[in-house]
Amino acid sequence: MVNAAYAIVAFPLLGFIINLVSGRRLAEPTAGWVGALAAAGSFVSALIVWVTMLGRPATGRVSDLTIFTWFPVAGLHVNAGILVDPLSMTMALFVTGVSTAIHLYSIGYMHRDPGFDRFFVYLNLFLFSMVVLVLADNFLFSFLGWEGVGFCSYGLVGFWFQRQTAAVAAKKAFVTNRVGDVGFLLAMFLMFAHFSSLNYSSVLGTLSHGQATGLLAGAPGAINGTTATAITLLLFLGAVGKSAQIPLYIWLPDAMEGPTPISALIHAATMVTAGVYLMARVAPLLHYAHTTSWVVACVGAGTALLAATIACGQDDIKKALAYSTVSQLGYMFLAVGAGDYVDGVFHMLTHAFFKALLFLAAGAVIHALADRQNMKEMGGLRKYLPITAATFGVGWLAISGIPPLAGFWSKDAVLSSAWQMNKILWAIGVFTAGLTAYYMSRQFALVFTGQARWNEARPAAMPNHGAGGAGGAGGAEAGEAGTGLPAPAHAQDRPRDPTWTMSVPLVVLAIAAVLGGGINFPAWHMDFLSRFLGPLFPTATAITISTGTKWALSVVTTAVALTGLALGLSVWKTAVHPRLEPSFLRRAWYFDDLVSAVVSGPLRLAAAGLAFVIDRRVVDGLVNGTARALGLSGRALRRLQNGYLRTYALGIGVGLVVLLAYLTFRVGN
Amino acid sequence: MTEAVQLAAGADCTINSVTANIAGLCSAKGSISIAVSYASIMPLLVLGGGALVILLASAVMPKRRYPGLWTVLTALIGAGTVIDGLVQWSDLNTFTGVPLTLGDQIIYDHFSAFFVILVGCATTIGAAISDSYLVRENLDGPEPYILMLLCSAGAVLMAEAAGLISLFLGLEILSISLYTMSAYHHRRAASGEAGLKYFILGSFSSAIFIYGAALIYGATGSTQYVEIFSFLVANTLVHAGVLLAGMGLVIVGLGFKVAAVPFHFWSPDVYQGAPTPFVGYMAAVAKAGGFAALVRVLMLALPTEAANWRPIIWVLATASVLVGSVLALVQSDLKRMLAYSSVSQAGYVLIGLQAGTTQGMTAVCFYLFTYTFMVVGTFAVVGVLQGRGEARNDLSSVRGLASRSPWLAGAMLVLLLGQAGIPLTSGFLGKWVVISAVIAKGQYALGLIGMLGAAIAAFFYLRVAFLMFIPAGARAASTLEAGAPEGEDEAEAAYGGSDFQTIAAAGLSGRDSALALRAPPAIRLRVPGATAAVLAVCVAFTIFAGVSTPVLSLAHTITLPWAP
Repeated sequence: MVNAAYAIVAFPLLGFIINLVSGRRLAEPTAGWVGALAAAGSFVSALIVWVTMLGRPATGRVSDLTIFTWFPVAGLHVNAGILVDPLSMTMALFVTGVSTAIHLYSIGYMHRDPGFDRFFVYLNLFLFSMVVLVLADNFLFSFLGWEGVGFCSYGLVGFWFQRQTAAVAAKKAFVTNRVGDVGFLLAMFLMFAHFSSLNYSSVLGTLSHGQATGLLAGAPGAINGTTATAITLLLFLGAVGKSAQIPLYIWLPDAMEGPTPISALIHAATMVTAGVYLMARVAPLLHYAHTTSWVVACVGAGTALLAATIACGQDDIKKALAYSTVSQLGYMFLAVGAGDYVDGVFHMLTHAFFKALLFLAAGAVIHALADRQNMKEMGGLRKYLPITAATFGVGWLAISGIPPLAGFWSKDAVLSSAWQMNKILWAIGVFTAGLTAYYMSRQFALVFTGQARWNEARPAAMPNHGAGGAGGAGGAEAGEAGTGLPAPAHAQDRPRDPTWTMSVPLVVLAIAAVLGGGINFPAWHMDFLSRFLGPLFPTATAITISTGTKWALSVVTTAVALTGLALGLSVWKTAVHPRLEPSFLRRAWYFDDLVSAVVSGPLRLAAAGLAFVIDRRVVDGLVNGTARALGLSGRALRRLQNGYLRTYALGIGVGLVVLLAYLTFRVGN
Repeated sequence: MTEAVQLAAGADCTINSVTANIAGLCSAKGSISIAVSYASIMPLLVLGGGALVILLASAVMPKRRYPGLWTVLTALIGAGTVIDGLVQWSDLNTFTGVPLTLGDQIIYDHFSAFFVILVGCATTIGAAISDSYLVRENLDGPEPYILMLLCSAGAVLMAEAAGLISLFLGLEILSISLYTMSAYHHRRAASGEAGLKYFILGSFSSAIFIYGAALIYGATGSTQYVEIFSFLVANTLVHAGVLLAGMGLVIVGLGFKVAAVPFHFWSPDVYQGAPTPFVGYMAAVAKAGGFAALVRVLMLALPTEAANWRPIIWVLATASVLVGSVLALVQSDLKRMLAYSSVSQAGYVLIGLQAGTTQGMTAVCFYLFTYTFMVVGTFAVVGVLQGRGEARNDLSSVRGLASRSPWLAGAMLVLLLGQAGIPLTSGFLGKWVVISAVIAKGQYALGLIGMLGAAIAAFFYLRVAFLMFIPAGARAASTLEAGAPEGEDEAEAAYGGSDFQTIAAAGLSGRDSALALRAPPAIRLRVPGATAAVLAVCVAFTIFAGVSTPVLSLAHTITLPWAP
């Protein structure tokens, strides 16, 4: 039943097409259900493939299915093909699973939004692109998905494009990602130059019948270190863009302008992990590129720390989570850089569970408070939103790395690898873990405990999505009741827990966030993920730390996390601590301002020069001048066409004479 | 003569078998009885016989109106011609006999079969769009259809002719029918003027042509292509002057028919005056016939003189593309604009011919075939838009067409885009094949000129498309409409003013731009069923031949019986 892999791709595509063609007619709940069913179908297909795969021996789990030949050009033969192996299936499973939950959640969240059907069109297209990204059997087809998710991200960040900030954020996300895409493209060119192919199997080697071939087998001489380093560094540039690492992370916090389910799905759980997937996929190449491994690890650790510090100073509930995502992605890259690909993927999975959970819970809070996002204007919500508070609490503890929740196990595994690679990197990781616990506790405390501050500044609520979305489309949807107002669910005075379509995903994800560690439990032969993915990474660095050291490391990490937790909870019982939120943290180390000054400024000048000097004067001048000259010559030539037969005959005669004169000349020669 | 052929056979072994066959036939020519291959002249019989049938029927049937009868008959005869062309085509796929029949006067090959199909199609759709026009103008009757069928017979004969004499016969049959058709609208002075001008200039060019034929005969001793060719292969002329002068005169005579610059002067006046549906038919068939003849003469009879005629065609092609496009830019009359556009289109066919290769020849065939549908369709739309008595032919008559009649506007849009050579239409593919034919011969300059010409031409085609989508209510700015904007909304004035006006009137002189900016006629648009069907066919074909390759590969299989 490996052929069910086709269905993983087909379902979202089908959903996309149905909603694209008839979403407007299907209208509100149906379009959402079509999307959710498509996602669920995809998930079930992925489950079928996965079970089939488990039934096979660990060495025979790779199959390559060709959908069609994409383009056969001389020397370059690219298929649209699906690579079914443990890594791609792990990705596909969690992508479709989380996606299903979030589709369901969105039906409730996007209730009464004028762009309801458009939302699900994008969402299904995103899911399609994402599964293409992870299931493709060659770099180019993956790149198609890579660009597809980028486009959907653009469309969804700017979903409420009537709002200036959303439109700008969408543009920023897209442009920043393009910087990374250049790296991906160049890497592919280089790969083609070196391997004459873009297939994973040709470039990276395959694992067929238990025999690793090519680079996967560590075959010496297949590639030299310089080429491998160049390719992987360029790919890493792509990953840095997509996965929001230093220095291209700046788009992710702004991307929180999108609807919250989008923040949860695309900008926390799935799309941003594409970079990690890519780096894990090219693990055989990384084996020959130690420089790249170091760069990846250092960028990862640096980003983890930097983003965690910024998260400590954010007031916007979603922006704080966004920086937290950037920080956690840093951990994943740290693991990949350390050669511990399995634990990178492990952390990706657990993070997908608890971060999606946190975002969805945050979305529920935002919904309950009529689109308010400033945590300083929340507080004491535990009483009003019990389900939300409980599930958010689970996410909070999970991300803080409190045993036995999922985050603890994956973070612990990542930190062990970091320890083996370099003690400084480990120290940064542990410190960041403390910060993580601190800012998450701050968030929990500000939102759910303490004084209820949401009654006070109600009318001054941020101009936000409900108003923006409905207001902007107000012209077209003028007849709809409640236009210009937040959805009726918000209109009540007392915040309430959301409807079942929104709570069910919360609960499901909370369970996953608690038990998620079980997929790779480091004892009692429960390291399923390691055994599942292990054969794919023969080049991974073996962990040689003794059990005692591991225990010690865990204890240290947990102690630091608990300290951060306690600190955060105790300090943020009250909402005002200016000294703990210096403006350089609030302004994210002024990195955006730096980019504006150094990159955007000169670029804008250059663009203005091109547009107003080169284009308007030179190009337009040439074009208009040519047009004017043509018009003038046309009017001059018209004089010949005076209507008199004698002139016409003369014209023919002159033409004849010239022709004969030429021929005479030819004869003369 | 036989000796010359044998010499030719000795000189060039590639034409050995063909000429040997021909030699055998030629020796039998002295006898009285001439073998008639009816298969080869069947299209002529169908068309000519069809004309006679209509003539006879109209003479013996009671004198009253028969709505649609003549149209249907003509269209059926045209369709019969198409079918016969297809039959010929499939017959030729297995045909191994002598390509010359009927006493050497007719060439029976894929090239002629292709033009039989083309002319048949043009006749069918030309007849179908004529009916509603003739009824509207109160000109209904069998005569134009008879003329149309005879004209088609002439065009087929031009393509099938194996010598300059039969070619001249076809040319005259075609021309005289067209003169009459141009003057057919007897209540419109412009129509009569068009017919007269066409007739006088046409006779002038016919005289030039026949003089050229005489000179070629003088130089080579024959008017038959195969004999001219064999003679020139076998002998080196001490004084080539007579031959070259003859060639030049023949090119001028045929260049007139295809309206190549500088022999194009008749075409704007004739296109503007002649009845609109006939213009579409004429643009397709006269060009097809003229170019078929040019290909035959230059590539079958005079391939040895390619070094001398290719530069001439180069100049004609360049001049036609550029002058046609530039002059079309400054026209405010739709039919005149289309006349110049067809001059420029003729330039593209000349580009393909200039290559002088089989590739160029097939490109010419493909181009003419696709152009047939585009030009007939375009004139069909113009015929609908102009209103009774051809009241309005100016550019502004298309204004707001998109809202008045979206389907008509959509069809017109496709046809305009096709003529402009926009990808996904057959026009693009046509320009592509002719330009790649000359590029293959290393003629980069000519290819470049072709592309530049297309860029210029895009403007005047797209201007019409643009005007179609300008709401009929949008007002021009006050400078042209001498008067205040009559309390109109400022915003709307700004929209309707600057942008719309600059594009609509770009390149036009003051009076003409005022014409282009007039409000559209207030007639109720009614697209007759037959015209709608023709438009559907033309649009479908333009897209079909543009996005898929069957038509192109059909054209690519055309070969000439003996080729350079």
